[in-house]
Amino acid sequence: MLRINKLPIAIFLAVIICFPWIAKHIPAFGNYPDLMVFAGIYCLITIGLSLLMGYAGQISLCQAAFYGIGAYVSGILTARYGMNPWLCMLLGMGISALVALLVGAPSLKLKGHYLGMATLAFGIIVFIIFNEEVEWTGGPDGMSGIPGLSLFGFQFDSVNKYYYLVWAFVFAAFIFSINIIQSRTGRALRAIHSSETAASAMGVNISRFKIIVFIYGAVLASLAGSLYAHYLNFINPSTFDLFFSIKLLIMIALGGMHQIWGAIIGAFLITFLSYEWLHFFGEFEIIVYGGILLLVTIFLPHGLAGIPGMIKGWFRN
Amino acid sequence: MEKITFATQLLQYFITGLTIGSIYAMVALGFIIIYNVTEIINFAQGEFVVLGGLVMVVFTVSAGLPLVIAFPATVVLVMLVGILLHRLAIRPIRKPSVLTLIIATIAASILMKGTAMVIWGKDPFDLQAFSGRDPISFLGAIIQPQYLWVIGFLILITISLSIFFNRTIIGKAMRACADNPDAASLVGINTTNMILLSFALSAAIGAIAGIIVTPIALMEYDRGVSLAIKGFGAAILGGLGSFPGAILGGLIMGTIESFGAGLISSAYKDAFALIVLLAVLFFKPSGLLGSAEISKMKRF
Repeated sequence: MLRINKLPIAIFLAVIICFPWIAKHIPAFGNYPDLMVFAGIYCLITIGLSLLMGYAGQISLCQAAFYGIGAYVSGILTARYGMNPWLCMLLGMGISALVALLVGAPSLKLKGHYLGMATLAFGIIVFIIFNEEVEWTGGPDGMSGIPGLSLFGFQFDSVNKYYYLVWAFVFAAFIFSINIIQSRTGRALRAIHSSETAASAMGVNISRFKIIVFIYGAVLASLAGSLYAHYLNFINPSTFDLFFSIKLLIMIALGGMHQIWGAIIGAFLITFLSYEWLHFFGEFEIIVYGGILLLVTIFLPHGLAGIPGMIKGWFRN
Repeated sequence: MEKITFATQLLQYFITGLTIGSIYAMVALGFIIIYNVTEIINFAQGEFVVLGGLVMVVFTVSAGLPLVIAFPATVVLVMLVGILLHRLAIRPIRKPSVLTLIIATIAASILMKGTAMVIWGKDPFDLQAFSGRDPISFLGAIIQPQYLWVIGFLILITISLSIFFNRTIIGKAMRACADNPDAASLVGINTTNMILLSFALSAAIGAIAGIIVTPIALMEYDRGVSLAIKGFGAAILGGLGSFPGAILGGLIMGTIESFGAGLISSAYKDAFALIVLLAVLFFKPSGLLGSAEISKMKRF
């Protein structure tokens, strides 16, 4: 858990870089770069969530709210006031961080299920605000006309350009998170996860570390939201509902929340499941998600990323 | 038509609030029955209420059973669902931690919600009110007869629960499990059965809440989350684990929601209860009637 090999990261990077080229030559993969943009956006959120849940052992059911705050701050400020998108992205992250501090500071002092319910309540309140503040957000109909991104005259005007932009952010977040995990903060987080009492006896300032990770997750989710808004040029509240927060939970439970790879595997699988492979189930997909989450929780507590460890364990016995 | 004064309007909000608050109180009671015995917060608690309402629709509207048969049949069926929930979702977890238990009950809740959507579809269902819909006029305010049934059932459930937990041997055994499961099993109490019983009892109260609220507020497959979160808010407001606290918390929660919707903004109707929940969590997590010492002794 502590050591993270460099080789898989290099392979991962190579696959990500080559993927659009591969997809171009296989007709069946035609729309996969588009899906991969979404997978990357979700990865940004799940990486933060993995740190919070897998490493610090705290649950959050309001990541969709931060995702939405990022999207709406970017959407409103760029579409209505013509502000610089990159500045809005930063503003969104700042606002999300502030909100996370205000919500997280009191509730992270509480025990597990209190935090679950507090974040659930907060997520629903934000969702109601997105729906009701029609003047600002456009209400349930959503808001359109959000401009695309450009950097020094370079227009991000194709799927592939967004693909590289999003995955560059994912990769940066990934490396940064690995550094956090291997730092003093990461050790403190794991200590909190195994025993809060022991950790605080060793002098770890529990609530401070929990808040830092909570804010980090919120900032990443907000960044993901801004990217989403600029990629689709349109946002509406239903993207940011409670079920999306639960879907994120399913992603990291399926991938494995105790390893950062799990966040990426889970985001990737659930994106392809929901956009490509689950069409067959139509509206019943919610049952499939519930089933996946329950089976993974019971039979694969360490997720798919934990399978190699499990097999190693069997051989040792 | 007599003139509606501000005072009668307030009275109207108060009565509506007490009615909806009684439902929240029942959800809160369901939460703490399971919590006291197992220290699990069952995020699928609202689903029991939804099932109660929807199963009752099948029994009375589709099967045409009379109320006196359909009511207990619905309650028993939902109790079975409660037992299955524990057997299939919670007991199989090998290393229970607060995180895995929360995730398991969330998984169960979306499974139940999805199944309800497949069976009943997305449209809301209505039930016949128990004793008609002729409104009763009270000091200028309008009372649906069903409101009285709701409040009456809350009183009935409260009395039955207090007899059960204070006077019967099984009830006392359950309280022993809540206080100290190890000591309880040492004196020969079968803790596994007590846990099953707590899920069954909690599901039964949820089902009753669902049956009696459907004639007032209709019922559809996705109401579970909002009922659960308000019920949980009520439970914390009163002090998690305290029965009188749950009832008081539920009534306060319902009244706040009703006054907030009537006087401030009906668009934010659902937000008021949640803001109260957050405020309680932030400023007085031990609640009105709870004790901080007891909550420190809990494992999770």
